[in-house]
Amino acid sequence: MAFRSLVTGKTLGGLSRFQQQIRGLQTFTLPDLAYDYGALEPAISGDIMQLHHQKHHQTYITNYNKALEQLDDAIAKGDASTAVKLQSAIKFNGGGHVNHSIFWKNLAPTREGGGEPPHGALGWAIDQHFGSMEKLVAKMNAEGAAVQGSGWVWLGVDKELKRLVVETTANQDPLVTKGASLVPLVGIDVWEHAYYLQYKNVRPDYLKNIWKVINWKYASEIYDKECP
Amino acid sequence: MSWSCSNYLCLSSSSSSSLVNSNELTRFNRRNLSCEYKEERRKDNDLKRPINISAYNGLKSPSYKLDKAQRRKEHVLKKPNNICAYYSLKPPSYKFDALEPYMSKRTLEVHWGEHHRGYVETLNKYLSKNDVLYGYTMDELIRVTYNNGNPLPEFNVAAQVWNHDFFWESMQPGGGNLPILGLMDQIEKDFGSFANFRQEFIESALTLFGSGWVWLVLKRNEKRLAIATTTNAVTPLVWDDIPLLSLDMWEHAYYLDYKNDRARYANVFMDHLVSWNAVLGRMARAQAFVNLGEPKIPVA
Repeated sequence: MAFRSLVTGKTLGGLSRFQQQIRGLQTFTLPDLAYDYGALEPAISGDIMQLHHQKHHQTYITNYNKALEQLDDAIAKGDASTAVKLQSAIKFNGGGHVNHSIFWKNLAPTREGGGEPPHGALGWAIDQHFGSMEKLVAKMNAEGAAVQGSGWVWLGVDKELKRLVVETTANQDPLVTKGASLVPLVGIDVWEHAYYLQYKNVRPDYLKNIWKVINWKYASEIYDKECP
Repeated sequence: MSWSCSNYLCLSSSSSSSLVNSNELTRFNRRNLSCEYKEERRKDNDLKRPINISAYNGLKSPSYKLDKAQRRKEHVLKKPNNICAYYSLKPPSYKFDALEPYMSKRTLEVHWGEHHRGYVETLNKYLSKNDVLYGYTMDELIRVTYNNGNPLPEFNVAAQVWNHDFFWESMQPGGGNLPILGLMDQIEKDFGSFANFRQEFIESALTLFGSGWVWLVLKRNEKRLAIATTTNAVTPLVWDDIPLLSLDMWEHAYYLDYKNDRARYANVFMDHLVSWNAVLGRMARAQAFVNLGEPKIPVA
C-alpha cells in the first residue's frame, strides 16, 4: 500500500492518485511555466515568480484537491450541510487555481513577445471600445490600484454581447462570478503576494511595469476563439 | 507640544504635513528670543519631537532644516491663519527593531512608515474636502462611513488607520506567554482553557480567505469573549462590540518575514508578540460598559 502510493507519486489525504482515478475524481496538478522564473525580470523578479508558482499556486491546488475529495465524500453520503459548507473553500482554492493558470499564460518574457501590443481582431476591438491601448492600460491600472485588499483585475470579453469589459474581482473569485458569459483574456493578480517583495506597497508601479511582459498572443487566441 | 493633546488630533497649518507643523508654530514664538537661547531651545525641542523616530530609523527626515534666509521668509509668509485639526500618524511605543526576530525592523518600517502613513495621509486628504466627515471623532467616523454594510470610500482608510494603531498597541517586545489575572479567568470561562482559545484563534487566522483581521472581542449583548474575523478593513466597532486584540492577516503584515507561511506567523504572534498587558487594560476599560458579572471576592 505504501509502496504503491510511493510509486504513483502524489498522495492526497491517504488516497493515491491511482485510487482516485478509479473513483472517478479528477484531481489537479501544478502546471509548468513556459518560461524560467527569472525570465520576466525586471518587471517581476524571479523570487516572486518562484514563490508565487511553487508555494502559493501549489497551496491552492493542494487545498482544492482536498476540498474536492471531501465534497465527493459528502455527496456520496448525501451530507448536504457539509457539501454546502465546502463551497467557500472550493470557490477560493478552485478559483485560485483557475485564475493562476490563466495568469501564467498571460505572461511571457519580452524576447518571446511579452509586452507586444495585439494586432488583428483584438487590437482593433481594443481601439474601438477603449479608444487606444494606452487608455485601456490606464483604465486597468486605475481599477487594479483601487481594489481593496486582495483581488484581480481582468480584461474580458462578453461572448454573448461580443464586447470587451474591464472588471475586478475580490479574493480569488474567477471572472465568471461577475457575469456568466464573461471570458477572461488578460488577468492581473493584485494580491500583495504578487508584488510585495519587489514593489512593497507601491501597487501602481507593479501595474505599470507588468504590461511589459503581458502575452497578448494568448489573449488574441482566446478572443478569436470566442468572437470569430 | 501639540502631540500631547490627544491620540489623534494635532494642529497643523493647512498646507503643511503633520511633520512640519509644530516646529513652524514654535518658530513663530521664538522669533523674539536671542540667537543662543534659540539654539538651546531648538536642541531641546528636537529631543521632545516624537516624530524624530522616523529620522532615527532611516526614513525620510523631516524637512524643516531650511537655511536661515528661507526660514525667515517661511515664517513670515506661512502665517498659520487656517489651522485645522487632522489625524496624525502615531508611532508605536517601541523602537522598530524591538520586535526582532519575530517581526523585522524592515517590516515595521514599511508597514508603519508606508502603509499606515499612506492611510493617514489619504484620510487627511479626504477630510480636507469633506466638512461633514471632518466633524466626527474617529469612532464615529468609522461607524458613519461604514454605512451599514455599504461603505463609503473614506471607510477603508479611516478604519485602517484605527486598525493599525490598535495593532501596534496589541504587540510588545517580549510579548507572548500567558494572559494574567482577570483576563485569564475570563478566557478560561469563555473558551474552556487558554490552549483552546489559542488554537481557535490561530485556526481562524488560517482559514481567513484573502486580506483581513482576526479579533478577540468582548461581545456586548452576550457579555462574553469571542473570536471574530473580518475582511479588508472592517472592525468590530461597526457592529458595536469591543475589540481587545487584533492580528493583521493582510499579506503585507507578514510577507517580508514569513513569505507565505501564515501558520508560522500566527504562531509566532501568539507566542512572542502579543501584549497581554494591553489586552488586560482594554478589558478593564471595557468593563465600564459591559457587566461581566460579580468579581471573585475572597471570603475570609
